[in-house]
Amino acid sequence: MTAELLSLSLQLSMPEIILAVGALALLMIGVFTGEKSAPMVTMLAVALLVVAAVWVAVMPGSGEGWGGAFILDPFARFMKVVALIGSIVAIGLSFGQARYLELDKFEFPVVLVLSTLGMMVLISANDLISFYLGLELMSLSLYVVAAFNRDSLRSTEAGLKYFVLGALSSGMMLYGMSLVYGFTGNTGFDEIARVLSTETRGLGLIFGMVFVLAGACFKISAVPFHMWTPDVYEGAPTPVTAFFAAGPKVAAMAILVRVVSEAFSPIVADWRQIIVFVAIASMLLGSFAAIGQKNIKRLMAYSSIGHMGYALVGLAAGTETGVSGVVLYMTIYMVMTLGTFACILAMRREDGVYLENVEDLAGLSSTKPFMAVVLTALMFSMAGIPPLAGFFAKYFVFVAAIEAKLYALSVIGVLSSVVGAYYYLRLVKLMWFDAPKGEFARTGGILRLVFGLSGLFVVAYVVIGGPIGMAANAAAKSFF
Amino acid sequence: MTDWPILSTVTFLPLVGVLLLLFMNGEGANGRRNVLNISLLTTVATFVVSLFIWIGFDNSNPGFQMVEKHGWLSTGISYHLGVDGISMLFVILTTFLMPFCVLASWVSVEKRIKEYMIAFLLLEVVMVGVFVALDIVLFYVFFEATLIPMFVIIGVWGGKDRVYASYKFFLYTLAGSVLTMLAIMAMYWQAGTTDMTELLKYGFPVGMQTWLWLAFFAAFSVKMPMWPVHTWLPDAHVQAPTAGSVILAGVMLKLGGYGFIRFSLSMLPVASDYFAPLVFTLSVLAIIYTSLVALMQEDMKKLIAYSSVAHMGYVTMGIFAANTQGLQGAIFQMLSHGIVSGALFLCVGVVYDRLHTRDIAAYGGLVNNMPKYAVAMMIFTMANVGLPGTSGFVGEFLTIIGVFRVNTWVALFAATGVILSASYALWLYRRMIFGALDKESLKSMLDLSGREKLILYPLVVLTIFFGVYPAPVFDATAASVDLVVNNYSAALQAAKNLALNVH
Repeated sequence: MTAELLSLSLQLSMPEIILAVGALALLMIGVFTGEKSAPMVTMLAVALLVVAAVWVAVMPGSGEGWGGAFILDPFARFMKVVALIGSIVAIGLSFGQARYLELDKFEFPVVLVLSTLGMMVLISANDLISFYLGLELMSLSLYVVAAFNRDSLRSTEAGLKYFVLGALSSGMMLYGMSLVYGFTGNTGFDEIARVLSTETRGLGLIFGMVFVLAGACFKISAVPFHMWTPDVYEGAPTPVTAFFAAGPKVAAMAILVRVVSEAFSPIVADWRQIIVFVAIASMLLGSFAAIGQKNIKRLMAYSSIGHMGYALVGLAAGTETGVSGVVLYMTIYMVMTLGTFACILAMRREDGVYLENVEDLAGLSSTKPFMAVVLTALMFSMAGIPPLAGFFAKYFVFVAAIEAKLYALSVIGVLSSVVGAYYYLRLVKLMWFDAPKGEFARTGGILRLVFGLSGLFVVAYVVIGGPIGMAANAAAKSFF
Repeated sequence: MTDWPILSTVTFLPLVGVLLLLFMNGEGANGRRNVLNISLLTTVATFVVSLFIWIGFDNSNPGFQMVEKHGWLSTGISYHLGVDGISMLFVILTTFLMPFCVLASWVSVEKRIKEYMIAFLLLEVVMVGVFVALDIVLFYVFFEATLIPMFVIIGVWGGKDRVYASYKFFLYTLAGSVLTMLAIMAMYWQAGTTDMTELLKYGFPVGMQTWLWLAFFAAFSVKMPMWPVHTWLPDAHVQAPTAGSVILAGVMLKLGGYGFIRFSLSMLPVASDYFAPLVFTLSVLAIIYTSLVALMQEDMKKLIAYSSVAHMGYVTMGIFAANTQGLQGAIFQMLSHGIVSGALFLCVGVVYDRLHTRDIAAYGGLVNNMPKYAVAMMIFTMANVGLPGTSGFVGEFLTIIGVFRVNTWVALFAATGVILSASYALWLYRRMIFGALDKESLKSMLDLSGREKLILYPLVVLTIFFGVYPAPVFDATAASVDLVVNNYSAALQAAKNLALNVH
């Protein structure tokens, strides 16, 4: 590799390098300062992520680096910014709560930064090897934080469950990758696409593709690879759950989009039926299974399964409109989810016990009107009721599905959104129609800021959505 | 002054009131009075400003007027507003009814008056938005957005079974309209635009029209509501607070009728012609069946709710007769029903505030101690029946004429509905107002207060005025209705010619 190429690669992956070096430095700071350094390390971690996000957003330059294993295009740029914002907010959420949840150890932010680094590599992966490396870096860190609260039985159980199932899916994906490599002779996405467009695809390759897609679907928790989600969401400490629901989903969705739109783009008909099936199954399961949930974190788990189904509707279209819809959907989904988790974290009693039952929200509109209004807006938005942001998210994925003439998928999708509306309405009902049962403790400033901004976003999307939509369109153009 | 975006002003003026209310303390007697005053002022101001739409409206122009168009969300959707003869009067109806809703809630809403008024003002924004939107996605956004405030209004300030009623209302209408969203998208890809003025000219392929029509039918027939998907309406009406019922019956049902005229009839003429027998059948069933059901009700609000379904049967029948009389009649019927049924719900509210029951059996002989109330109620009952000289007559008569030109049998059955409506309405009146005043609880009831007079008397005047002199309405709607009817027959003729050429 010549010096010129090396400097270009370094330049393209500078945010990743910042994060990697920064994470190690933070670790050193933590180790040498001792236990009390947790708040400072957390703040530095946030600062580090902000620097990386600004760098990604502002610095020009695009292209492939590191011998084609790494790519920076408008799509990667957009998704990275979204994932970084997700991580920043999720770490911010943990900040005020850490001491109640025994997350106040300096390793915690460091591991989250490493996980974010994994997401960034994943989003920029242009080769099966870097795909796997990014995914594993992200996931291994997530296993650790899921079980971070060592004294909690539920937390360790969640971590173990996530690890075992995650390892299984990684194994499957590796096997798939080896099949893809064996049948195409390449690991680079561009080369795989070139081979596929010249030869007829063999059955072995299809097997390989299915396994690779299964691995990605596991990470975004799409049906039938969703089993871990409710348990891990419920068991993990809430700020960790918020982190799970934000960045990693965005990154995994990004790589799924990239794999099918780049590497497997010549065999659209083959992967489309898989995505259509996964989308339908996720939407239906997400809608129906959430109805009976009592724990709000489990409810959010099923809700996120459903949302991934909707996002995949756009991907199933396999067009530029579709990818743009997915990008937009993930952005809006992430904002709504983080806002909702901020509200969930605010469900803390005066004695420091975190409440997690849906019923505990009863009468929130009279005890905490502001939070109730925000949560109501978020719920209606998740149900896809206009004029809130969630409606536009759904609109743009379904508009792509209709363009691709996927009528059955669309009809099933919108009807399952009606079923989904039922359980979102239940939360609204509890907050507004029922009498309050108890009061929550004063809400921390960061939590108020997060859910306030999130609520503002879903309400004001009708006004501010233009630039976001344009950025999503520009991101989608990377593939077409 | 001509460049002033009057439609946006009317649509979003209530938001000013919302903002003021948000930063206000609604606690205590003073706070409550401030909330009520601001709400009343906002709605009255909106109504007054909306009158400028009517004043500036050019009756001879069949197209869209006062058009505003801006790019929106940079995705092909536009922020495009405008009114024509069909939609203009609905805007006025909406803004006209809102002050009455505020007045009707003056004392009867006891808790959370601030949130209540915010919900109503937001509802006004989106309802006006539906009628002025000229972009199909914008239309859908407003159309669906009505669900949120109405859900909260029924659920928080409703009666005993309010939770069930609000869920039913929300899920029923949502299930109907999500399919419409897909139809809107299909239209977008077919015609390449979401602009309604373009879509009206487009002419969709015949095969596609059938599916689009069915998808729109799913939404509008639920909203209207048509038999057999009307069952959410009685529940919602009974449980909603008085003002909520007024808005439901007065304006929200008209969203469906407006949608039928604007989309089904104007954009999908061939399918409308094909499905007209279906609509006629359902309309006649609605008229006769729900009238019979109304006859047996023991709850006043439920009775009026069922009578609303029957009256909407005339509207759908008139719309799909697709001639000038039918369409004019349907629009007039909707406007008149907006006033009359709204007024009837307000009348129910008057006695409900005093006795806190809607049981018809609990009343009787009210004429003895509430003569003014009895007169007002008499006029609205007569208008509900469709007595000549009241506004109810004009619409019913025209829709029956319109449908008579298309299908005499339908007209025959619809006319029997008039007799049935006379029976249930007059029977209700007899049981409530006439007879001896022998129930102890009723003897102390006072006649209309000043506020109640302020609510009911203007409506009495309007009911009689439009019954005697309906010309202002017809002048405004004539040009646009002619355009719709002409386009409709031209499209049918073209389709027929095409079919002949193929054979």
